[in-house]
Amino acid sequence: MRTLRVLVGKPGLDGHDRGARVVASALRDAGMEVIYTGLRATPEAIAKTALQEDVDVVGLSVLSGAHEPIARRILALLAEKGLDVPVLIGGVIPPADRARLLALGVAAVFGQEATLAEIVAAVRALAVRKGAQPAATPETDG
Amino acid sequence: MAGERPKQHHTRSGTPIKPLYTAADTAHLDPARDLGNPGEYPFVRGIYPDMYLGKYWTMRQYAGFGTPRETNRRFRYLLDSGQTGLSVALDLPTQLGYDSDAAEAAGEVGRVGVAIDSLADMEAIFDGIALDRVTTSFTINATAPILLAMYEAVAEKQGVAKSRIAGTVQNDLLKEFGARGAWIFPIAPSLRLCVDVIEYCTTQLPRFHPISIASHYRDAGANPAEEMAYTLAAGVAYVRATVARGLPIDAFASRLSFFFYTYTNFFEEIAKYRAGRRIWARLMRETFAATSPDSWRLRAACVCGGHSLTQAEPLNNITRTTIETMAVACAGLQSVFTAAYDEAFAIPTELAARTALRVQQIVAYETDVAKTVDPLAGSYFVESLTDDMERAITGIMSDIEARGGMVRCLEEGFIQRRIAQRAFEYQRALDGGEVKVVGVNLFRSEADAAPEVHHGDPEAEADQVAGLAKLRAGRDHSAVAVALDRLEAEARGEGNLMPAIQAAVRAYATVGEISGRLRRVFGEYLPPTGF
Repeated sequence: MRTLRVLVGKPGLDGHDRGARVVASALRDAGMEVIYTGLRATPEAIAKTALQEDVDVVGLSVLSGAHEPIARRILALLAEKGLDVPVLIGGVIPPADRARLLALGVAAVFGQEATLAEIVAAVRALAVRKGAQPAATPETDG
Repeated sequence: MAGERPKQHHTRSGTPIKPLYTAADTAHLDPARDLGNPGEYPFVRGIYPDMYLGKYWTMRQYAGFGTPRETNRRFRYLLDSGQTGLSVALDLPTQLGYDSDAAEAAGEVGRVGVAIDSLADMEAIFDGIALDRVTTSFTINATAPILLAMYEAVAEKQGVAKSRIAGTVQNDLLKEFGARGAWIFPIAPSLRLCVDVIEYCTTQLPRFHPISIASHYRDAGANPAEEMAYTLAAGVAYVRATVARGLPIDAFASRLSFFFYTYTNFFEEIAKYRAGRRIWARLMRETFAATSPDSWRLRAACVCGGHSLTQAEPLNNITRTTIETMAVACAGLQSVFTAAYDEAFAIPTELAARTALRVQQIVAYETDVAKTVDPLAGSYFVESLTDDMERAITGIMSDIEARGGMVRCLEEGFIQRRIAQRAFEYQRALDGGEVKVVGVNLFRSEADAAPEVHHGDPEAEADQVAGLAKLRAGRDHSAVAVALDRLEAEARGEGNLMPAIQAAVRAYATVGEISGRLRRVFGEYLPPTGF
């Protein structure tokens, strides 16, 4: 069974990547293969990596307030490449903007209060809904 | 059950807290040697003899967004509300050396702070604000030399002598590599520019603090002892680099200032600051052989808020920052920024910004905490905890020294990995309920209305880009080219770059143009992608 592959992207110019790193560690501990882009990944680089690495889910961390233009751009680039991958966003997202992000096509939005278990469960559920294999547990992985 | 209490408590730094402290816990203390009177070595009781009886801490709220004109309005509002110092938040393109019309800046102009492209923007921000009447702090790092040159140029245009302008540029690049991520150049040229600013202020701007050695390590995950240790270790690295430049220790040590984070762990925070002052004083006097008492003082500002604030039930954040502000008032800090209750959502609304300032004013004027110096001295618990913190902090600092010092530890990613590990541990402890946060994992309410949040002006980016186009069209092109060529040539040498940067700024060269030439010479830092 194939292990779930997740791209954790840190787009934009903001350098606060505590959240991105914590989520990446949690997904890895949950048995997934995680690719972290590092800081200041461009939307183009994120879409290209998503394609090349054949990921099942893309997670984005945005704390600067620029979530809407960034999400719009990345969703458009993924669509251009014909990639049907669920995109999740976490960070400092005002509640009113959450519905707008979902309407744009973002699959799920997480605030500061989301637990790691909630995020891991959401990534698994979204990946499965998109037709990927369920994630291997660490015990059965390799 | 929420009511269950574990029998053994620990500080956030991991030190056990005893159920009871008695005279036996402080019997070893020699007050003259270990505490000193306020204003006297080793400054545990505060760096000045009269502390807040002479002057309250500076109430300095971080502000800035959108265009320079909007920020000018918010500054005037805060000054009218009784604020005593300005603190400029810059947007990310300005922090990273991109102009507002750069591709990298799209969507980020004016978002987390104000956009500054050229001297014209700095003039607009301080329009009608006399620079000899305020002190101004800039949270600016990689582009600090450029913004300092602009501020000085504005003062000159106002007719204010450079000997009279006062304030701080953060100018601490080490913590950008370690925690905050707003670097441009690799570590060595970044450190060179930091020292350029320290040297320039030391010799030219007698009232300006050239660096605020900052503890963003804490907000990225470090515990309080690690926070103080990493920050002081960075301080040691700057002292060494500046001494290597040829400045005598007593010429610049009194110009160094520090910036920390304060959360709700009240007594531990107080002990952290008291221990930090003792460690720094001893380091400066014993290790670096500074002879002036002013060189021994740990001048500290802090933010109350940061990662301790929650999106859940945001009004609770006012309670949190009040406790934090009480802690720093007990600890005797010099300048305080109280975060607003809505900062876990967006930059603050006007109401939230004013309420945050009111927290400080209530602590200062309504409570009795600032009516005597160092009110908690001699407390069995506080003195014992101060010793515990000192041991923990110096232990971490010794480990950093053994690994080759703070610069080496950052180059090798040791600090970054340690912080990421702590952040992960903390999140798991929060999810598991070992760390308790009211409204988040304890007494959580389901129906929670979000506050009104600040919405950026959707036209701000377009306005800023249009203003920049006009500036580019209207300036003396050959003067700009000459200044930028000079800067690039000097960057290839070894001298202080401040004069060349000043010349470029005065020719209205932009932040992006100046940074671009430096990028060409220095290259860019490559961030690690591990986690």
